[in-house]
Amino acid sequence: MATVEHTETDLTVAMITEPAQLVDWLVIAPVALPLILGAALLMARRRTAAQPVLAIASLAVLFAADIGLLWHVLANGPAVMTMGRWLPPFGISFVADALGATLVATAGLVSLVCGFFSINSVNFIGQRYGFYPFLLLMMAGVNGSFLTGDIFNLYVWFEVFLIASFGLIILGSGQRQIDGATKYAILNLVATTLFLIATGYLYGIFGTLNMADIARKAPELRSTAPLMTLATLYLVAFGMKAAAFPLNFWLPASYHTPRIVVAALFAGLLTKVGVYALLRTLVMLFPPERSVLSTLIIWLAIATMLVGILGALAQSDIRRMLGFVVVSGIGFMLAGLGLGDPIGIAGTVVYAVHSMLVMTALYLLAGLMRRAGGSYTLNRLTGLYRSHPLMAGATLLLVFAAAGLPPGSGLWPKVMLVQASLGAGVWWLALAILVTGLLTTLALGRVFVLAFWRMPEEKSGEAATIESQDVGRGTYLAVLVLCVPIALIGVWPEPLIGVAQQAAAGLLDPGSYVGAVFPLETTQ
Amino acid sequence: METAFSALVGIFFAVAVYLLLSKHIIRILLGAAILGNAVNLLIFTAGRLTREVPPIIPDTLPIPAEATANPLPQALVLTAIVISFSFFAFLLVLTYRAYQELGTDDTEEMRVAEPVDEEAPPMRY
Repeated sequence: MATVEHTETDLTVAMITEPAQLVDWLVIAPVALPLILGAALLMARRRTAAQPVLAIASLAVLFAADIGLLWHVLANGPAVMTMGRWLPPFGISFVADALGATLVATAGLVSLVCGFFSINSVNFIGQRYGFYPFLLLMMAGVNGSFLTGDIFNLYVWFEVFLIASFGLIILGSGQRQIDGATKYAILNLVATTLFLIATGYLYGIFGTLNMADIARKAPELRSTAPLMTLATLYLVAFGMKAAAFPLNFWLPASYHTPRIVVAALFAGLLTKVGVYALLRTLVMLFPPERSVLSTLIIWLAIATMLVGILGALAQSDIRRMLGFVVVSGIGFMLAGLGLGDPIGIAGTVVYAVHSMLVMTALYLLAGLMRRAGGSYTLNRLTGLYRSHPLMAGATLLLVFAAAGLPPGSGLWPKVMLVQASLGAGVWWLALAILVTGLLTTLALGRVFVLAFWRMPEEKSGEAATIESQDVGRGTYLAVLVLCVPIALIGVWPEPLIGVAQQAAAGLLDPGSYVGAVFPLETTQ
Repeated sequence: METAFSALVGIFFAVAVYLLLSKHIIRILLGAAILGNAVNLLIFTAGRLTREVPPIIPDTLPIPAEATANPLPQALVLTAIVISFSFFAFLLVLTYRAYQELGTDDTEEMRVAEPVDEEAPPMRY
């Protein structure tokens, strides 16, 4: 009789019995596609001539899938796919909500543009040692982080993009690169280990790792469990990953060392994953703990902004300066997190999108200036306005965007953040945002004035050996393509702000997120 | 048993942090390795320790007959071991290369990427 009992086990309470819908595959496509295509590129790594073509085709397919996912999520709400046919919380869920899908789509655009830029800038050695497979693997990790609905899985994706970024940062093995990579690798390893510690404690407390399940169970456990400890650990771990003050010094120590397209990718994508993880954990999972930490986060935000931009003012190498500008931008995103109201969170999301586009574009632009002017340092770059007027136009737009002046994309998130901080009565945060904006204008405006408007000195002796190379058309086009959405967001910000408000609403009230992961229980 | 393990995890963390605070990279690496092991033990303990009851469901029952060992932390630890091992291997090679290229494992002397005497930006236009 025992065997009869065995067959009567009701599998529908634990397993998904229906096959996955075709549209569900969109959720996993931004992760699965780069993994598969990256593996294919790795197999074809000896065919260096075919590598860029294949990689750009892959990135284009990836971007198309990202856009499809964003479209689907904005129209139908959060989309879920759970792995291995186990129902959540047993199976690992991938959840694409407005926040994740927006960031995935922006990351897709950034990586595609960097793919185009790399044609002329990654040499034979770089291709031979796997620049493109690393790039795709990193995209898989970044997209996985944005889309996963399981906190341990988030850790795994962090490690995936981290190991790929190690590969990218040491590609070429220059002395400076190894120096920078050592610091980058150790500090990031410690940060992800802290993340893992927090996750270990979280599992001990909740007995689950599914984020929707955690969000559901947190209110009951709040009176007995040390959730404050968890929230603080996550703040430290992801703050380190995002390069927030006082854990920001690894970033300017390393981001200027790899080749410029790698630096552009890192500046655009990696710190934003830290910011995303902060939003996901602190705003969605532990909102009361976030409000306790809010004053601390606001002061950290102010310190990050000011330390970053003051560091930028002291640099002569454009790449090192941009590293500090990246740090300063993280301060703005922390400001919205610290405020925690819908406008502030939406401001953070808009700033994240803006920062991904603008920081990547600025690094790529530095690469162009190096080619046109023969140097990265402000002491030697001169007279580019006369020789490269189009580049001057792009630079001016990007300087305005980064400084938060119209018509660049940086104006709107700053308006939202200032509005939110004045609404919350935190006038010193509003002041810090405006002062940092002014200092950013000075730091980046100086690049424009010195590199473009300063007349070249009479070349003699050694100076004459600095030859300007031809700026490849593909690389030029890459930067100009990035300028389009930056200017577009600047003059017509409503669509992005709408999406960001939807993302912020989804974070602040995770009802639709939880409902998407657990459809059966919420309808009962 | 969880109490004893918690104390052990604490000792591991203390040793790891002490080593991570060193300025010599090789010690930092050893610290990172011990930190990884501390975390693995932590996750293992956080999943509650049950001895000698494997999580196997008999054919005749829909659920296990008694409380069994928790398999999930073991899966998590396995993942974390693989990741921390590969990272440690990478870092060992990287540090060795850094020692070859830079001639030092003292972080205070590793200033190639951020030179001490780098020139200031132009002060006037």
